[in-house]
Amino acid sequence: MKVTFPHMGNLYIPVKTFFENLGVEVIVPPPCSKKTLELGVKYSPEFACLPLKINIGNFIEALEMGADTIVMAGGIGPCRFGYYSEVQREILRDLGYKFNMIVLDPPQGHFMDLVKKLLAITNKKSFRQISLAGRLAWAKALLLDELDKMASAIRPVELNRGETDAIYKNALEQISKAESEQELLGVRREILERMAEIKKDPDKLPVKIGLVGEIYTVLEPFVNLFVERQLGELGAAVERSIYITEWVRENLLPSFLKPKEHGQVLKLAEPYIRCFVGGHGQESIAQIVKYSREGFDGVIHLLPFTCMPEIVAKSTIPSVARIHSIPVMTLVLDEHSAEAGVRTRLEAFVDLIRQKKEEKSCDRVLSGN
Amino acid sequence: MTGCYLGIDVGSVSTNFALIDENGNLLKKLYLRTAGRPIEAITNGLKMIQESFEDDIKIMGVGTTGSGRKLAAVIVGADVIKNEITAHAVACITEYPDTRTILEIGGQDSKIIILRDGVVVDFAMNTVCAAGTGSFLDRQAQRLGIPIERFGDIALMSQNPTRIAGRCAVFAESDMIHKQQMGYKVEDILKGLCQALVRNYLANVAKGKEIKSPVVFQGGVAANTGIKRAFEEELGMEIIIPRYFDVMGALGAAILAKKFMAQNKRAKTKFAGFEAAFREHTAGSFECQGCPNLCEVVQIYVDGKLVARWGDRCGRWSADMAV
Ligand code: SF4
Ligand code: SF4
Repeated sequence: MKVTFPHMGNLYIPVKTFFENLGVEVIVPPPCSKKTLELGVKYSPEFACLPLKINIGNFIEALEMGADTIVMAGGIGPCRFGYYSEVQREILRDLGYKFNMIVLDPPQGHFMDLVKKLLAITNKKSFRQISLAGRLAWAKALLLDELDKMASAIRPVELNRGETDAIYKNALEQISKAESEQELLGVRREILERMAEIKKDPDKLPVKIGLVGEIYTVLEPFVNLFVERQLGELGAAVERSIYITEWVRENLLPSFLKPKEHGQVLKLAEPYIRCFVGGHGQESIAQIVKYSREGFDGVIHLLPFTCMPEIVAKSTIPSVARIHSIPVMTLVLDEHSAEAGVRTRLEAFVDLIRQKKEEKSCDRVLSGN
Repeated sequence: MTGCYLGIDVGSVSTNFALIDENGNLLKKLYLRTAGRPIEAITNGLKMIQESFEDDIKIMGVGTTGSGRKLAAVIVGADVIKNEITAHAVACITEYPDTRTILEIGGQDSKIIILRDGVVVDFAMNTVCAAGTGSFLDRQAQRLGIPIERFGDIALMSQNPTRIAGRCAVFAESDMIHKQQMGYKVEDILKGLCQALVRNYLANVAKGKEIKSPVVFQGGVAANTGIKRAFEEELGMEIIIPRYFDVMGALGAAILAKKFMAQNKRAKTKFAGFEAAFREHTAGSFECQGCPNLCEVVQIYVDGKLVARWGDRCGRWSADMAV
């Protein structure tokens, strides 16, 4: 059995570790590229959302490399994510691929179900072995999130352009290779050191931008045209509304392991969106309110073209932004999104929040004392 | 000899120049067709400016904007490289400091910029749908055999505008042909087109934005009095058209260059001199085979020497050539 799975940011690193430690052979699809997108667009229904198309691209590339088992997270309705696996299975079957697809549904109360499926994939390894493999994978996921946060904070103030990204790239390899938690600790220490050594430009004053929206577009840099890196280059420190570990908690862990803050954050969306609208529509709005309260300078809202939950969210954004006086810019992404056009918008947005920030600090000086 | 600042706005349809003096007065403006050859448009513009002023001016700073801002910066040597939104807003508030809404419709795109107290607080841009741009009007005028300069004035004569579906350029076009065949009067069709464009703009670009007066309308299409009237009727507000409506991006870039040089007193302009217009510039591109992204990497040569590169996603080609 050769297992593969769709890409989503750096998620491939812990997933690969997890399966390999259980003795399962893993085929990681090549990183998302133009070719992945082309394959996906060619073989998916035109109006499917972008994540589905990229997934298809990943699967085809991995199946061509010899994968025979696809592991995929299921989804929560009523948005289309719930049907993804079915549609994808059909598309790939029609193309003549032979494979087995295992869908890991969110284990609300059915944690044993997940364990059973895992047991099947791992050829009946013991529960203890599974949880051991899970520990290392989890430690890696935590470190990856930490790395993302560090890089995003340093990138806007680095003196030599590209230095942070070079270290980041190298760190990914190190984390991927680490074979034990012990080793991982060493890797972490080294990353911290190297990040601390990056020369900073004291003249650069970063602005703070929050990234919200549809989970996949927020987590997969290829799809969001490397928005975090681009914003970093423009002098903005970026915080995402969701990191890999949170996604795993939400989608793969039983509810008793879920963080409690989640419900409280969601409450912030209540005046604007009262009920569940699928996907992360409510969360996006709640996060905008939260970022405004935490003193962020602006928020960027990402969604794939035709994404229903986020379109609902988008419609309430003008009033949310006004009431909480925080600039919000929505970027709709599809297979035609051009990096140049997005760059222009990002630049203009950063200019806008910088101007606004300067105004505010002038006010403070004037009204101070 | 007067100290001057030059602004250049390179778009896919037009390439515009604005030259201002130390006091911000406009000395010269140019509106040139890009016609798929931006390098030529840029060097031609430079030559034209040099011819009009000979040695009377000294360029103290250069700003570039528009989708070809990087290219222009490489060729001419720029001190400031800015996005179109900021450039347009800066030009507008320099003339009308109280502006709260900017409607901008150019040849290739359209934007809306919302300002409060002289600061940009929100904006939106449309680069995808052709129904909301100047090129669309050009095309329809051509189809009806009307010179684009007279489009607006003829539309103003209409008593009974024809309703044209403006949701998308393709529909609008076929609907217009249909109405034409049915014998509607030309002025009514033209007015109908103006209304369709304005409706399309308000429903797409300006969706969810709070349009408050003073409203300034700029970009090449602002020359069309029919569109201005249609905006006024639809919004129920007075619409201001600035003096240099057609080169606001370039003007903004020039103003930004002036500001930048004033803030960085010791800096010397990066302006490459008017000789730049006579150097040989070539742009080439190749497909990188380094990974499946197959990036289209653009390379710019000046007199046979490689001076800039961009278009690579990973920085493999551009990292050591930062522009
Ligand atoms: S959240 Fe949006 S992009 Fe994701 S499956 Fe649902 S509709 Fe598609
Ligand atoms: S430039 Fe970089 S990202 Fe683009 S194809 Fe070459 S190696 Fe890949």
